[in-house]
Amino acid sequence: MGKRSVIPFGPQHPVLPEPIHLDLVIEDERVIEAIPSVGFVHRGLESLVDKRDFNQMTYVAERTCGICSFQHGMGYCEAVEHIFDVDIPIRAKFLRTIWAELGRMHSHLLWLGLLADAFGYENLFYQAWRIREKVLDMIEMTTGARLIFSVNKVGGVIKDITADQLRIIDGTVTEVEAELRDLEQVFLEDSTVKSRLVGIGILTKEQAHDLGCCGPVARASGISCDMRRLGYAAYSMLDLEPVVATEGDCFARCKCRLYEVYQSVDLIRQAITKMPKEQELAVPVKGNPNGEYFMRLEQPRGEAYYYVKGSGKPFIDRLRIRTPTFANLPGLCEMLKNTELSDVGLLVVTIDPCISCTER
Amino acid sequence: MGILKYAPQALKNLFLPPVTTSYPAVPFEYPEGSRGHIEIDIDDCIGCGMCVRCCPCGTLSVDRIKGTWSIDRFDCIACGFCVEKCPKKCLHMAKGYQTPGGEKGSVTYTKSPEVLAAEEQKRQEAAAKAAAAKKAREEAAKKKAAEEAAAQAAGGAGAAAQAAGGAGAAAAGAPDAGKAAPAGGV
Repeated sequence: MGKRSVIPFGPQHPVLPEPIHLDLVIEDERVIEAIPSVGFVHRGLESLVDKRDFNQMTYVAERTCGICSFQHGMGYCEAVEHIFDVDIPIRAKFLRTIWAELGRMHSHLLWLGLLADAFGYENLFYQAWRIREKVLDMIEMTTGARLIFSVNKVGGVIKDITADQLRIIDGTVTEVEAELRDLEQVFLEDSTVKSRLVGIGILTKEQAHDLGCCGPVARASGISCDMRRLGYAAYSMLDLEPVVATEGDCFARCKCRLYEVYQSVDLIRQAITKMPKEQELAVPVKGNPNGEYFMRLEQPRGEAYYYVKGSGKPFIDRLRIRTPTFANLPGLCEMLKNTELSDVGLLVVTIDPCISCTER
Repeated sequence: MGILKYAPQALKNLFLPPVTTSYPAVPFEYPEGSRGHIEIDIDDCIGCGMCVRCCPCGTLSVDRIKGTWSIDRFDCIACGFCVEKCPKKCLHMAKGYQTPGGEKGSVTYTKSPEVLAAEEQKRQEAAAKAAAAKKAREEAAKKKAAEEAAAQAAGGAGAAAQAAGGAGAAAAGAPDAGKAAPAGGV
């Protein structure tokens, strides 16, 4: 038995720009236990419900996260719409789906780049982000901004995607798919990549289930859970089968996210063909929300909860957001056990942590 | 063997043009509908203050009398909510982002003197009209009161007698009160 010692990881660490602190109990070079602590970037977005009315909160909720911003806004709007008991136009539902999937594509491509960067493959990192740029261009063309979409409102959406833009999206996602197919063999077959990913940080199906993991982390461990199958937005009208891997290691998590980009391309194509042609974009919402609702939705990083409670006043009583990274942190601590110290940075990246979301 | 998997991509990259542009030399083309910053057609603004009330970050202010509209561009999050809410559609999002600056502060837009003068004249006319209407109303009320008084004076004898009778009955009904009144008078 070697000598035990505790070394800190973060809150500032080159492997990820966000502040998470882990106390690593190590024995020689092997991690015995990891104790996480978060709370460095708390912004108090939830308590803003006292000062901003329920329409303004759409824009606040959206700014919870810079990467899955659209899905945060959508989750909040869908929750408030359920309280109002309004049915939004079908076209608005499809538009939300297209934007949500574009958001998922750019999030996963960003993560693939960060993963390549974490195991020191700079070229692959640049190449993944180069593909992501095309997705960002599509988002900027349709919404006017690259990351914070601001197209949701309670009752529908603000902007429409024209037929020309839909054709461009259709063409560009095909290009993205073709380019990613070229990169896929590097991610999944290259021996240097495999030597860093295969068999590292295994999380079994039972562990993932018991620790309440969600999203790609749970799916990579063999749990077929995907909140999109609940049928919010237009997902009930699209064919969707969760991408599941069984190994539960870093390689499986990489494979899951890579295949989910193809799944998003497929969903966007389906949505473009099934979308009704001409329809209004939003229904008017009268009065103030009175009631409560729990909204569950699948973000790129996993399942997020939105709890909204209103009591007939313009200012809602309570907004509570549970983000997927928070659910995946216990899983991270479990998979860090018995790994090499040099793999810790890589393992932290593989749960796709978004600490700013987690602390809000 | 899984070696040299990146080689085809690397070779392709050697012969492809660069994906980046040399930015200041080649200006960036923003797409249509880019949400860069807010612009206002100040002469169309009616100063209703809808944008001020809906702004999630409270960066706008409006003065209807002075005809000004102010924005702190460093506080603005370019969400476009005010553009959506503006009843006269005089706000719109324009291309180009806020450039870095040395200090924070509001930018104020003021209506052109002609529009302000026209509005002032309109306001004065409206005020004059309102004053005239008020005067007319008061005169009408006065006239009505005078007519009523005349009518009372003309056919008031019977009514006065009736009223007196009523008063007498009331006094009879409450003798103590009738006695108390003269006593109070003394």
